[in-house]
Amino acid sequence: MNIKKILPQILTLLVVILVFGFFSYNAQINMENRGITFGYGFLSQESSFDVQFSLIEYDGSHSYFRAYLVGLLNTILVSVIGIIFATIIGVVVGIARLSNNYLINRTASIYVEFFRNIPLLLQIFFWYFAALRALPLPQDTEPMFGVFFLTIKGFFVPAFVWNNLDIFIYSIIAAIISIIFVRIYARKKQENEGIQTPVLSISIGLLLILPILSFLFGGVDASVEIPVIKQLSQSGFTFEGGIKLPPELISLALALSLYTATFIAECVRAGVQGVSKGQKEAAASIGLTPNQVLKLVVMPQALRIIIPPTTNQYLNLTKNSSLAAAIAYPDLVLVFAGTALMQTGRAIEIVSITMLTYLSLSISISIFMNWYNKKIAIKEK
Amino acid sequence: MNKLNFLQPDKNNIYTYLYTGVILVVLSIFIVFFNSFFNKDIVSFLPGPISFFLPLILGFIGLHLIRIDYSGYKFLDAINKNINTNNFNAFLSLLIVFVIIKSLPPLLSWFILDANIAGDSKDVCTGSGACWTYIKIWFNRFMYGMYPNPEQWRINLSFIALAFLGCVGFFATEKFKKYLTLYYVVVYPIIAFFFIFFFISGGPIFFDFSYGIIAAIISIILGFFIPSKFKMYYFIIVPITIYILLKYVFFYEELIELGKLEALEWVETGAWGGLSLTFIVSFFCLIFCFPIGLFLSLGRRSDLPIIKYISIGMIEFWRGVPLITVLFMSSVMFPMFLPEDMFIDKLVRVIIAISLFEAAYVAEVIRGGLQALPRGQYDAAKSLGMGYWKMHILVILPQALKLVIPGIANTFLALVKDTPLIFVVGLLEIVGMLNLAKTNPEWLGFAMEGYVFASVLFFIICYAMSKYSYNLEQKYKTER
Repeated sequence: MNIKKILPQILTLLVVILVFGFFSYNAQINMENRGITFGYGFLSQESSFDVQFSLIEYDGSHSYFRAYLVGLLNTILVSVIGIIFATIIGVVVGIARLSNNYLINRTASIYVEFFRNIPLLLQIFFWYFAALRALPLPQDTEPMFGVFFLTIKGFFVPAFVWNNLDIFIYSIIAAIISIIFVRIYARKKQENEGIQTPVLSISIGLLLILPILSFLFGGVDASVEIPVIKQLSQSGFTFEGGIKLPPELISLALALSLYTATFIAECVRAGVQGVSKGQKEAAASIGLTPNQVLKLVVMPQALRIIIPPTTNQYLNLTKNSSLAAAIAYPDLVLVFAGTALMQTGRAIEIVSITMLTYLSLSISISIFMNWYNKKIAIKEK
Repeated sequence: MNKLNFLQPDKNNIYTYLYTGVILVVLSIFIVFFNSFFNKDIVSFLPGPISFFLPLILGFIGLHLIRIDYSGYKFLDAINKNINTNNFNAFLSLLIVFVIIKSLPPLLSWFILDANIAGDSKDVCTGSGACWTYIKIWFNRFMYGMYPNPEQWRINLSFIALAFLGCVGFFATEKFKKYLTLYYVVVYPIIAFFFIFFFISGGPIFFDFSYGIIAAIISIILGFFIPSKFKMYYFIIVPITIYILLKYVFFYEELIELGKLEALEWVETGAWGGLSLTFIVSFFCLIFCFPIGLFLSLGRRSDLPIIKYISIGMIEFWRGVPLITVLFMSSVMFPMFLPEDMFIDKLVRVIIAISLFEAAYVAEVIRGGLQALPRGQYDAAKSLGMGYWKMHILVILPQALKLVIPGIANTFLALVKDTPLIFVVGLLEIVGMLNLAKTNPEWLGFAMEGYVFASVLFFIICYAMSKYSYNLEQKYKTER
């Protein structure tokens, strides 16, 4: 150990401690002056504000902690919807960019260049304030396929009314578990004996058959509730029954998925292009069919390149969903760091909880990604 | 005469296939074209679904007929190769062409034909198209925010001077450019620091800024005549000297006191806005985030444990939270951490917050470049007796930074696209100004025009940036 190594470390540590000390000292004095004490006890107090869209039961008589949960669930909802659509669009566009058809190729790249060069916030505003405002009022709406109603007040879709929903969910879980087992078995067989099992058709079959069985024997029963128009006042109409997706949710999910899809498309393209031509030719020369080449040689290698940056994009999408605050979609930032903060004035506690929530989400995903990267890394001898 | 087999066109009866195919394709396009531009369905005598799908069917058969391999006609081969390789491709190509033809008339009429730009009030916008008058009237606000009209020349001057600086850099010789780069990275932030420092204390901001710019221009012009031996010192010392001279000796003190020059009006940062604020915020964040990110990335790869873990903590913290919560923190939580009597302007707070946030991303990008360098480079530099800093400045960083140009460009693009978020603290750059204009009771209902206008602006800026970074990447590409 020499002084050259210890001195800079001590200096850095000192600076960090000084800065933190300065901040916390000031924070203490400021809070004393305002007559507030630091603590998280306020979470159990009655919140007395309302949220216009929540997945769990919530009103003003619930606690601030419940408000936090409402916001968190709404964030998760819009992120999951966004991730699903972004993946679908991204994969399709990424493959389209690899097409040898000039028109498809160009269209896809124009889409990518256009949507990723415009700020996400601007896109959210565009969908919310410009595009969705052009939709008809509830009373003028033509139904799509007779059951969907796309109106200026939101998207009304039919809801399922379930009996014995739990059995149905168990059947789906059972199907997924058995699919995993089938895959493991098929893989072993492939590696040991070189015989392929039609995994895809077996999986689809399992996913269909088990839920159907639950309908036939498990007493599961579902009926569809179609939204019906209802007059509130002379010119005020709304729909009753079914599920209402508020326009904030729609525009947010739309903007998030269209924006993130451009990045996912680039990941997909880079991944497929990253597999060297020799791999495909080698696979074809040992007699694999084009489908087998894609499934056994190209995809496993391409996925290795695609998955890490794509997960990163999923994470970005989740963090970007906090832009919801700009159009008043009640997500974590708006409900908790917005309304709750305004009411309680506890800036430090609330902002730190909000940041910690996002932080723990990203850190857990990046730990998982590091583990995954290690697992799929090419093991060289 | 060979037998005609319409399922499998071949080269023997090429003219028969070609004529039939081309006629069918042209007919299908003509039907769609007529339908969309003149709103007339010329095949309406057929039952509904058939007349709807007829162009698609005709075009599909036509494309199938002209799909002849090695026809000997260059044009035909090019078409077949590019848009008509198989049935599925032909179908998609047709679909895209039809959608383009279909969507042209409404787009044209909204953007140009039915749009209004004359006049200066809402009343002229009677057509069904866009109301560009709205953009025309609000243009000043969209560019400068609430900045007072008579003072806007200061912003213009600053940006023109900045562009001039950029041009000098563009046309300078390769050797001179090296010093210019140093200039942008080291000297400009110092001037910028003066600039920000004075506007915290309430000084005439653009006054200072334009002094900085003047100092920069003079020193660059003089720099051509300085022997390269001294250039490094020259570019640090001279601009700052000129700046201080301008500010304290020649102009500011004397001329104002003598009454020969009027002091410029102080414009508070809350009034700044529009596209110019977008540029100002991105410019300063860009300058600050790069060195911070560089040090963070070096810290993360350092073998001194305390520095390493502090860097990791910084990087992972900023990367883990959304920018909007960082801005929330800077606006509601940060004032709690300062002494009562200390106040930092919100624009400065925003610039610091965004710089720290983006610096973490820059750090990760640079780390990628550092990791990509083979160990031999480090070993070779050490074996020449170089110390840590010498090794990094002369050997490692030039190679690593070259590798990560695309990544850094992407981060900077993300930075520019993130600037609209400053609406959280109440600063209104162009998107914020649009939202303000949209709620003006005299100009309700023109949200679409505003957003389209801003989208086009941002697209041009970001696309130009990404193309420039691509050029840079190509230029500095070295074979390894």
